[in-house]
Order: sequence, then C-alpha cells, then structure tokens
Amino acid sequence: MSIRFDASDALASWGRVVKATHLVARPRFPDELPSLLAGFSAAEPGLAVGLRRSYGDSNLNPAGRVIDMTALDRLIAFDRKTGVMRAEAGLSLSQALQVLVPQGWFLPTTPGTRFVTLGGAVANDVHGKNHHAMGTFGASVTRLKLHRTDGSTHELAQGDPLFHATVGGLGLTGVIEWVEFRTVRISSASLEAQDTPFENVSEFFDMSAETKETHEHTMAWVDCSTGGSSLGRGILSCANWSPHGDLMPHQEEPKKKMPMDAPSFALNALTVRAFNSIRHGLKTMRNGPYHTHYEPFFYPLDAIAHWNRLYGARGFYQYQCALPSETARDATIELLKTIVSSGQGSPLAVIKNFGANPPVGLLSFPREGTTLAIDFRNQDEDTLNLMADLDQIVASAAGRLNPAKDGRIPADLFQSVYPKWQEFCAHVDPGLSSAFWRRVSA
Amino acid sequence: MTDKNQVAASSNLVVILGALSAIAIATARIYASEGAALMLVARSADRLKGLADDLRARGAKQVETAVMDLETAAADAPRHMADWMAKLGGLDHVHVIYGYLGTQKKATSDPSELARITSSNYSTAVLWCEAAANIMRAQKRGSIVGVSSVAGDRGRQSNYAYGAAKGGFALYLQGLSHSLALTGARAVAVKPGFVETPMTDGMKKGGALWASPEKIGKILRRAADKGGPIQYAPGIWRMIMTVIRTVPAFVFHKTKL
Repeated sequence: MSIRFDASDALASWGRVVKATHLVARPRFPDELPSLLAGFSAAEPGLAVGLRRSYGDSNLNPAGRVIDMTALDRLIAFDRKTGVMRAEAGLSLSQALQVLVPQGWFLPTTPGTRFVTLGGAVANDVHGKNHHAMGTFGASVTRLKLHRTDGSTHELAQGDPLFHATVGGLGLTGVIEWVEFRTVRISSASLEAQDTPFENVSEFFDMSAETKETHEHTMAWVDCSTGGSSLGRGILSCANWSPHGDLMPHQEEPKKKMPMDAPSFALNALTVRAFNSIRHGLKTMRNGPYHTHYEPFFYPLDAIAHWNRLYGARGFYQYQCALPSETARDATIELLKTIVSSGQGSPLAVIKNFGANPPVGLLSFPREGTTLAIDFRNQDEDTLNLMADLDQIVASAAGRLNPAKDGRIPADLFQSVYPKWQEFCAHVDPGLSSAFWRRVSA
Repeated sequence: MTDKNQVAASSNLVVILGALSAIAIATARIYASEGAALMLVARSADRLKGLADDLRARGAKQVETAVMDLETAAADAPRHMADWMAKLGGLDHVHVIYGYLGTQKKATSDPSELARITSSNYSTAVLWCEAAANIMRAQKRGSIVGVSSVAGDRGRQSNYAYGAAKGGFALYLQGLSHSLALTGARAVAVKPGFVETPMTDGMKKGGALWASPEKIGKILRRAADKGGPIQYAPGIWRMIMTVIRTVPAFVFHKTKL
C-alpha cells in the first residue's frame, strides 16, 4: 500500500489558536520516509510532527504537507544493563516509560506531559523539573538518525555540528528517524515530595536557592491574580526519587477527559482567582513530606485528556520566558505586576530555576536563571498586546522566549534573543519549514 | 500484570499471520508485554526485523519471523504450521489477520482483483485455519482467531466482494468452532467495524464508531482466551449490524451504503 498525503482539518497545535488545513501522511515504517521526503522542496516545504504538544505554530505548516510520525513507534534496542534505549522518533515518552520503569530505569528528564514523542523531545530540546541536575533531554541523547530532503541520511552524535543544530532545531534540519538516549536508574517508581507555600515571589527566589541543592526535582505554581505584598505567591514543589516502593509504571490512558470545549465564561478572571485561592489554602495545610507515584508529580495535567479544551474553542497562548540570574528577580516581579494588572492570568503559571548546564542545541531555550510560563486564553488583541508588553520586559532583562510555546513573536525579537540563529540557518533543510520558522526567519 | 497473565505467559506460544498490519502490531505488543513467544509471518523481511526488535524490547520471550506471501504459501499450510510449532516449542494461539480490502469498482471489471480479494480474505485464510485446527484437535487445546469484518454481515453494493469473502471466513470459523467444541480447542471470528488503519486511509475518520488498532488488538487478545465464535469489535457493532441485516431489501436498495 503506497502512502499518501490526505487533507485534514483536524491537525492543530496544543494552543488551538490557528485553524488550518494540512496535507497529512502517516507512515508506519521508516522505509516509507524517503519517498515522502523526496516530494518536499523549498517552494513546497513539508514538516514532520509528533503528538503536537507544542503550543503555538512551530509544529504547523498550514496548507502544506506534514508527516505525522506517531506510527513510527518501535523500540529498536534497550540494554537493560546500561539503560541505553534506541527507538523510532514517533515513540511517546509515555510508551518508553512503560518499558523503562518495570526494569528500574527512568527518562533522564521529562517535560510536564508524557504525550511527547522522542523526535519532539529532541527537536524542542525539552527540559523538566530536574534541569538544574540533568540539563535538557538533548544532553542525554547519544546518537540519532536524520533524513534530509535531498535523500541523504546522517547518523549524528554529540560534537557533530548538525547534531547540535538538530537538538532544539524544531524539526527544521531534517526528519529524525530514531533517537538513542541514556536513561537513569530508579529503585522505585515513587518520589519523596514536599510542597511548601511562599507568600510572594521574592520568597520563591530565596527558597528555591536552597532546594536546588537538596532536591533533584523542583518547580513552583504561581498565582497570577493577586498583587501587592502577595504578588507571586505560590507553592514550591520539590522531590527526590524514593528508595522505597515498587516499579509499577503509570496507567497509559488518562482517567478523565474534557469531552468538548469549555464555554467562554468557564475560565474568567473570577474563577481563576477562586481556583488559585483554594489551591493556596489546601497546599498550606499539607505542609510536609509525602510519598507519591511519579505520575501525579510529573504529569498532573495528563490525568485529563484534552485539557486544552478548558480554554474554549478559540484556544490559548502560553508565554514562556527564560531570564538570566542577574535580572531574574526584578524582571519576574515586573512581569507578574503586568499580568496581575491585566487580569488575564491563568491558574497554570509555573516558575522554576534553570541550572548552569551549557545548552546542547544552537536554539536550545533553557539558560541559567529562571523560567516563567503562563497560559493566556485567546482574547485576540487584548492578549497579543499584553504579550507584547511582556516582551519588552523580557528583552530588557536579556531574557528569551521558548519557540515550542510561541505562536506570535516578531522576527526581530527572535533573532535578537537567539544570537546563534544565523549559524543555525546554515543547517536548515531547505525542503522543511513551519509557520513559526517562516515568521521568525523573515 | 495480574497472576492470570503470569500463568498465561508460560504457555503463550503464538503465531500471527499478517504480522505487519496495524492491528497485528497492536496485538503482538500485548503478547510481548506478557512475555509470550511469537512467530511473525509477513512479506517484508526488513519490517519484520524491526517489529521483532520492538517486541523483544517490550518483553517477548522469543520472537521468530518467517518471510512469505501468505496467499501463495497457503497451499503448504500444514507443513509451515508444523514448522512454526516446532520453532516455538508448541502452539497455543494462531491469529489470522492478513487481508486485502481492494475496491469493488475494480473487482467488477478486473477478474484478478476479484480473485485477490477472495483469495486473501477467504480461500487462503481458511487453509491456515484448518492447518492450525488439525494440530489443536490433536492436542485438545489452543485457539484460532481470524479477523473478519462487519462488512460480512450484509452484501452491499459498495463492497460485496470483500464483504462476501470476510462473511464466508466468519462462517467457516463458526463451523470450525463447532467442530472443535468437544476437544477443548476454540475458533473465533472477530468482526471489527471502522478501524483507524492505513487500510481505511482516505475515509473520514474520528467519529464515535471509529476504533484504534490498539482497541481491536485488546479484543483479539481476549478472544484468544475466551468468548463465543462470533465477536464484534467493539461490541456495539453487534447491535448496529442486527439493525442493518433486518432492513428489508426494498428499503436497503434505495441507499448508497
């Protein structure tokens, strides 16, 4: 059966702001890739996509061709002694964990959802709650195989310039066929965790400076609806792997799902504030260490399939910036003030410190300092204007924005905060492109 | 895994015919997670090798592959089946999954298309089933699970070549199940409705009636252990097809189904 591209309106990014038609092909075997790629050209570029958890438009190619990689999901090898796994790029982290955990291994680092493909994890050089300990996912990648649209294939390792363009390269340097990566030993599938409330964002900075030394996994939820002395109050979560417990992996299918789009009033400023306030109160009462399976700690939102529908049919934006240590505290306060006064903040604001690990990819997002991520329900001009204001604060603090989350930054901003972008351009496969890339490379 | 699965693992010697289809891969992965021994049969050596590596990494105790065209090799079905049984050290479950949808339009004008639809979905499929049944009759246990289709429940203008072959296959398995009833061995026809596989590419997918290959895989795996001779996948299709079968011809003939 020869494989072909079929028109689909169903392909969207996680933020669901852009509605577009794509021509989609879903190969099931790697030997089908070359003929699909042969049709891509600079005039009609294509793009490979995975589980589409990027929020903006880095995984979209409207009116163009897209290769859905999710059926290329075979394990190629897993060495139970060394923990090195090689698998096709469409394998989800979730599926990888089903194999790793019972054998006493875990992903070196994991983003906040397990519904990410290996290819996506590399192309976005994803980070997790243990960035300060393990760096990004790319740091644990030992080899990968890349197909270019000129028909060439490349097996790449750390040190190869094309490897460092491909890690964090947003799928623009070629199509990744497989990824080989190191995993880490665990003696149980559980964590010893602790939630500690903080009354304002300055307290977060003081507390997280300490937990960095004592805990492998840390992140904090931040309330974006209160100002004054409670500006940036929240809960700091930190954890270490537990030596006690079994090696039971998570349950693959989410227990609940959002059956349809939420109506627009469901997430207005009032409910956001109520949600945050309740959460704050609850967490204040449970102050002390607790034993938890990794699933609710690492993947709280995966418990509800299609949670992005909570933001309604018009979708939402996520704004994620990384701020260098020197400016992080002041800039974070400035950002939170702007968000609070806009009344557009969501319950899903996350703050975390990045470690000093050098970036693996030319376009890798994390840098030493602090990262802040906030969701904004799409309210067109109001939201875009607010984010433009935030851009000013980030730019003057010498910070940068995460391409995996972005669906709107102008080219000059992208180019100024990613100084290696021109070096990256030299590695871009002319037959590949995305809506994001066309915008920021203009 | 439950205790039941651990017991099953020691006696999971499984042959899968048409091992590279999306449904077959989903089924094989369930067996692999139980630590089963698998014999995978399909046409492409490279793809079989890739799948075998995947199943080993997922926990399969043993994975063997055999490269052949199942339609032409069916004439030698008893010999192949005995060979595979020897490689696995026994035979517990045989899944006949390969098939060919074809197009009714082409089958109407091109006899070779009609012959292929009939051969792939019925006349060679039953040869494999009978070869397996003879082994299972003798050992008094084991199961044969064939993939039929809801299309086999009523002849329709849009795909009666495929429907008749799949319907005939289900009827054969039903008879086989009857013939095995007193031996302890079993035969099952599983009838999926709409499944999201490459076979259905080009159709509009994603409605409430569409099932994933993983869901059908679970049903096939369960059918190997229990259930009646005709199983709909998922079960809702039994009701839908009862209705479709009961519509009188003078009404049905006005539809484009």
